[in-house]
Amino acid sequence: MMNIVFAIIAAVTIAAAVAAMSLRNLVHCALALTVAFAGLAAAYLQLGAEFVGFTQLLVYVGAVAILVVFAILLTRGSEPQQSLVSSGWLAGGLVTIAVLGVLVYAIAKSSVVHRAAPAQPDVTVLQIGEALMNKFVLPLEVVGLLLTAALIGAVIIAMKEEGRK
Amino acid sequence: MPDDLDQIFVTLNHLIRDLFPEPWQKVVSAVISIAGIIGVFASLFAVTTVFERKGLGRIQNRYGPNRVGPCGFLQPAADGIKALIKEDLVPRAADKVIHFLAPLMVVIPAFLVYAVLPIGRNMVLTDFDAGVLFFFAIGAATELSVFMAGWSSRNKYSLLGAMRAIAQMISYEIPLILSTVTVIMIVGSLSTTKIVDAQAGFHSIGLPNWFVFTPWGFAGFVLFMIAATAETNRSPFDLPEGESEIIAGYYIEYSGFKFALFFLGEYMGLFAISGLGITLFLGGWHAPLAILEFVPSWMWFFAKLLVLIFGFIWIRGTLPRLRMDQLMNFAWKFMLPMALINIISAAVWHFMLPERAPWERWLVGIALLVGPYLLLGRGLMEGKKLEKRTYRFAE
Repeated sequence: MMNIVFAIIAAVTIAAAVAAMSLRNLVHCALALTVAFAGLAAAYLQLGAEFVGFTQLLVYVGAVAILVVFAILLTRGSEPQQSLVSSGWLAGGLVTIAVLGVLVYAIAKSSVVHRAAPAQPDVTVLQIGEALMNKFVLPLEVVGLLLTAALIGAVIIAMKEEGRK
Repeated sequence: MPDDLDQIFVTLNHLIRDLFPEPWQKVVSAVISIAGIIGVFASLFAVTTVFERKGLGRIQNRYGPNRVGPCGFLQPAADGIKALIKEDLVPRAADKVIHFLAPLMVVIPAFLVYAVLPIGRNMVLTDFDAGVLFFFAIGAATELSVFMAGWSSRNKYSLLGAMRAIAQMISYEIPLILSTVTVIMIVGSLSTTKIVDAQAGFHSIGLPNWFVFTPWGFAGFVLFMIAATAETNRSPFDLPEGESEIIAGYYIEYSGFKFALFFLGEYMGLFAISGLGITLFLGGWHAPLAILEFVPSWMWFFAKLLVLIFGFIWIRGTLPRLRMDQLMNFAWKFMLPMALINIISAAVWHFMLPERAPWERWLVGIALLVGPYLLLGRGLMEGKKLEKRTYRFAE
């Protein structure tokens, strides 16, 4: 049962990711990428990680996808049609296969394979919140500060310069 | 007997479920619940369209629909048949697939969010541990479908309308979520059933324990409802469509049943967000007075829902719409600071225990909200001449 659900989710996610790379229209690519994001969220949910799954939906489907789409609309007018496959596809493919081989070899050799899977913890949103507010409060604050700084920076860049004309 | 009536739908569901063999029972129970939710809220949509048109007619000193059926109450049936048999036009330049998918993508999330709304005692489809988060995560998908509709039509008005709608929805989503944070902080849970349970019982003076009867809860409720009005693109925030500027906005190129689907999605979103407001601030399905507790819980939910819908209709008939810059200023310069201050107020309320400071917490809570409200209002009004408009030609 679980494997069938996982197979469907994985197939949809991979198909969407492939479509995001291979479609010609950029907006179609962005929408396909959104489907891939949603597929990832479904995978998290299927693993029982409710909080991560919903946050993935909220952040990626709700915000990042809109950002991507807006960026495409605002920056590209009519782009010249280019070939989707670059000229160095052979070398690229070889490098990809080599990297994959090294990774598979390294993981197969490492001790991770022999380690028994730990019992699945029953994590609630309450626990995540408490961990964020107690144990990881400093990283949280730093991230908040960083994001605020980025926000202010964006406003300053976008602001009209008065005085100098 | 009152308990039987209260649980009548749950018992009914169990009765039908038990007719099926064991492995099927879960699926059958879920299908019955889903069918119930879709049926009830879709009929509510039909009734609301009539109420809205009749209510607006009353406010604008005209009749409204009064021809089809008794008092015009069969008007939605006529409208539905009209939408079904109308020709479905798709512009030649449109992106066919996305143009087709967009109305579906509006309706599906609008129905999905009902999964976490407790519409009565023991009447919630799925009790997620992160129910409120689920609501907003699914609701966020609506923005993308609005973009899909606007972009795929290949029409500058529809694209502009979509841009407006998305800008408005993103801006008002922040105060919407921040105003719900207060409730989540006080309850300590994201689960909608736990939030409703936390509002059970009554004060000593007879008022129910609803969050709307606390300083932060009242401010949160008002902020929530304003943001909800904007989020569902209702007047006075109905800028994504404007006959004189961008015609019908992002669904300008939709006709027939696809247009009806947009309409349905909009109203479903309205009911859902009102339902969330009821769950968060108005005590969910709890009765307003102790002596009224014999009335079934689901009746209270729908009574509150109808009151909120009536409020929305009343506001639509009363307030003129905002300009785009006013809309954005209001979201970022007033709603956002107020929502943040409201969180502080809720935190102070939480730490001033009722045994130790019964009156002080009210005073501090109210002062923390009224002060910033006045200051913000003054600040925003500064330099603006607000007086009676004089007309040169139309008087």
